[in-house]
This record gives sequence, C-alpha cells and structure tokens, in this order.
Amino acid sequence: MEWETVIGLEIHAQLSTRSKIFSGASTAYGAEPNTQACAVDLGLPGVLPVLNEKAVAMAVKLGLAIDAEITPRSVFARKNYFYPDLPKGYQISQYELPVVGRGHLEIELEDGETKTIGVTRAHLEEDAGKSLHEDFHGMTGIDLNRAGTPLLEIVSEPDMRSPREAVAYMKKMHSLVRYLGICDGNMQEGSFRCDANVSVRRRGTEKFGTRTEIKNLNSFRFLEKAIEFEVERQIDVLEGGGAVVQETRLFDPDKGETRSMRSKEEANDYRYFPDPDLLPLDIDSTFIEQIRAELPELPDEKKNRFKTHYGLSAYDAATLTTSREMADYFEAVVEQADAGQAKMAANWVMGELSGALNREGREIGDSPVSAQALGGLLARIQDNTISGKIAKEVFEAMWAGEGDADTVIEAKGLKQITDTGAIEQVIDQVIADNPKQLEQYRSGKDKLFGFFVGQVMKQTGGKANPAQVNELLKKKL
Amino acid sequence: MSLSLDEVRKIAHLARLSVQEEDLQGYARNLSDILDLVQQMEGVDTQGVTPMAHPLDASQRLRADEPTETDQRDHFQGNAPAVESGLYLVPKVIE
Repeated sequence: MEWETVIGLEIHAQLSTRSKIFSGASTAYGAEPNTQACAVDLGLPGVLPVLNEKAVAMAVKLGLAIDAEITPRSVFARKNYFYPDLPKGYQISQYELPVVGRGHLEIELEDGETKTIGVTRAHLEEDAGKSLHEDFHGMTGIDLNRAGTPLLEIVSEPDMRSPREAVAYMKKMHSLVRYLGICDGNMQEGSFRCDANVSVRRRGTEKFGTRTEIKNLNSFRFLEKAIEFEVERQIDVLEGGGAVVQETRLFDPDKGETRSMRSKEEANDYRYFPDPDLLPLDIDSTFIEQIRAELPELPDEKKNRFKTHYGLSAYDAATLTTSREMADYFEAVVEQADAGQAKMAANWVMGELSGALNREGREIGDSPVSAQALGGLLARIQDNTISGKIAKEVFEAMWAGEGDADTVIEAKGLKQITDTGAIEQVIDQVIADNPKQLEQYRSGKDKLFGFFVGQVMKQTGGKANPAQVNELLKKKL
Repeated sequence: MSLSLDEVRKIAHLARLSVQEEDLQGYARNLSDILDLVQQMEGVDTQGVTPMAHPLDASQRLRADEPTETDQRDHFQGNAPAVESGLYLVPKVIE
C-alpha cells in the first residue's frame, strides 16, 4: 500500500519588541523570575490591555513579505483554558479575523525545483508563562516573565508532502523573519518554534486522513525526526486495521518518538469570543504603505539578483541568501576582491569559511576572518601572488589570527613563483632526475605528464604557478 | 433546545465551576432558556450585517513599544499563597 504524507505547520515566531504585546513590561530574555511580569501580565482585576504598535507593524511586515492580504479591521479574541502559567484563564489571540490573511511562500526542494506553500493566516497573540516542574515540595513553580510576550502564529495550508518539505518551509520562514528583523529566530530560547499537523492517506485519494498535532518542535532536526516517526506510526496503525486518533502529541528527542499528550476528556474546547477589553484593530493603507517602504530586500529577491548580477547558480544563490548575514558577507568579499570573482568568492564562503565556522560552532557575524580579509586573500589568488591551494594554507593562518593575507604570505614565504627562468630550472632538474619516466612519456605514456607536474610542485613547495608549470613542461618534454 | 445534564457538567468543568448534583436540573433549564432565546434571534435576517466585535464604535488605540513597568515582584507576591525563589507556587500540574 502506498501512503502519502500530508503536513501543515503552525509556526510561532516571538516578535522582537522591547515591551510586551499588551503591557509595558520588558521582554528582555533571562531576567530573574517574575521581575518582568506586571499587573496586566498577571491578569489582576481592573487592568486593561493596550496593544503594542510595533507588534502590529511586525505582523504587517510579514504579511507584506508573503504577499498576503492585510485585514483592514481585525479582532482580538479570548481563547479560554485553564493552566497555571496562564493567569487570566484565557489567552488573548485572534480567531475569526486575524491581522494577516492568505499568503504564500516559495520553497526550494533538493532537486532544484520550487514549490509554493500556502499560508492560511497569521495572527497576533500573547505567549503564556513558564511552568517549572522540578520539585518545589511537590508543587509547581510559575515564572510569568514570558506571559504577554508577543507572538505571531503563522499557519500554513496542509501543502507539504514530506518531512523534507516541512523542514524546507520552516527554514524559509525562519530566514524570512530574520531578514525582516521581526524575530531573532533563536530556537534554543524558544523564539521560533512550531507545531506540526501530520496525517497520511492512500496515494491518489482526495480526502485527508485523521491528523495528529505534534507540539512545540524547536529545531529543524526534531521537526524532521518527529514527522518521520509519526508517519511510520500512523501507517502502522492503519495497516494494522486500526484508526488514527485525533490528538496532541509530544516529541521525545531522546527516544526519537512521539507520544500522546492530552487525554480525551480534556479535548480542546476553547470557547473563543471577542475580547471586550480590546477594540477592533484598524489598519489603514497609509500604515501599510509606510511599512512596505521599510521592507528590506527579501530572500527571493536577493537570490534572483545574485543569479543575474553575479552569474551564480540557483543552488549557490539560494545557499548564500539563506541568511542576511551570509549574503552581506559574500557581497563584501566580492567588493573587496573583484566583481569578476563572484563564483570564487561564493565557493570560499560556502566552502572554507562555512566549514571553519561549523567546526567551531560560530556564527558568520563573529568569524575571525572578516569579509574584507577574505576578499584580500582572494585578490592575491586573482593577481597570481598565490595559487588556490596555497590560499587554503593562508586562510588557516588568517583564521588562527596570524594577520591578513599579505602578512601571512610574506611571513611564510608563500609567494607564488612566476619567474619563468626559476621554474625552468626546476623542470630541468626534475627531467634529469627521472630519465625512466621521461623515456616512457616520450614513448606515448601521456598520463605521466601529471607525474612531472607533481614533481615540479613538490620541488617548489607548491609555490610554482600551475599554469606556467604546465605550459613550460609541455615545451620541455 | 434543551441541554442534557452531561452537557451542563461539561460546561461547568470547562469553566472550573463546582456545581452540586441537585442544582444541575436548574442550571440545565436556565441555560436551555438562554439557548432558546438565541434560537429565536437566529430567525432574524442578518445577511449583509457585519458581526459586531465591540459595542463601542471605535478602534484600538496603540501604545509605543517602550518598557514602562518597573519590577514590583515583591509587592505582587505579597498577595500569593506560596512563593519560592521568585516563583509563584501552585499545586503540581503534571504527574
């Protein structure tokens, strides 16, 4: 039996405002428990929520970036449920009229194809506090610093058909919110997390299968693993003659499995209704146009520009524009080196530099080799001072803090030998030292050409200009 | 429209209200009366009428994104039945 996976994601992006969505309490991360929870966040009687303008602007920004309709008059609603980290007994959210309506986002698949994923809506809401279940004499500790932090919940259509597609979508949205500067994207701190709705159906059927919702996935890898496991589990249930139960599940990263989270009797019944404490949110076209004018170049626009302006492949352009920081770094390298060296710059940024950053778990923002320094190194390859191979050695020294490219080349004596006479001298010596190979080469064993090149490079410590070596060797042999 | 006793129990549970068994009948009758009224209102033609989100014909005022609150934890926690290490303590919520 062939099964098809159907996935929809609900992404929660914490908006990087300085104060909360409905109160003037600070949102700074890592403060002492409950020192940033004011009367409004605590839901004390008699307080009124007042909406944060920046949070609205950020939501609109996302809406414009995904080509969505901005709802001219959206409404806040109460989502009612009881949990100790939600002091009011309801979460202020949006239900029937969210601020951002239908939009879409394009993702790149591994085969280079693109696919458009529909975004159903995005709405503003407040985050809840945190429950700490360590033992406080058999009680639970509550920290309400996070209560009231603005969230944008971005709900996708059930358009994804594999865990890989879900990851590609989540990564693209992650990249987008960071480009827009509306969310720091810090997944460890929970600033960017998602719930995955997963179901399977027989290939070729129209009707969706019963779905389960996997809560609170805060890494791309967990998202992929959780869906993979859940798909297998659902298929096993169905092929065993059973039925999938619609429920909320949790992913256990240690065991790599999902498990049921809430019992049936607590089935969600949130009894939404418009929050009488808040008036409808009117967004006029002046406000929208003001925000449109502030939009930065978006990942897809940047990607297309990298293809046309620098002549990069679709893959290179997509990789380099994953984050704004990497794209900016690349452009600074090219500017420093030479506009004609874009492909080489791309290779270095995605290869040597990314490799070194990954090895040390660093972000491109705190790379020990600046874009200017890397550009300087590439300029030395370009003007034939060093070969690409030697450049890797220089790069390592630069990474280790031994100075800029010129300093390292000078200090280590790595300057390329371009003096024809000097290279000829080495070639003559190599030929004299290897009469047997010379004999074989001349009798037609062409492959030995490489041997001679290798010998010359060895004698010169890799410093001879490879093009000149080839040319001169051909003449001499 | 009449609500069953089980439905009344469920509604009470969702609102975390403790309702005495002997009061269930009365609540069921009262709530059903309200639903009857709603049903009667549903007979009105509301085509083309935008649902009212708020009785005041006004729009939400926005505030600037600036932290204005100071730390009043001790003051607020003076009101709480149990606190420790700056946390509010509540009966354990997971087993």
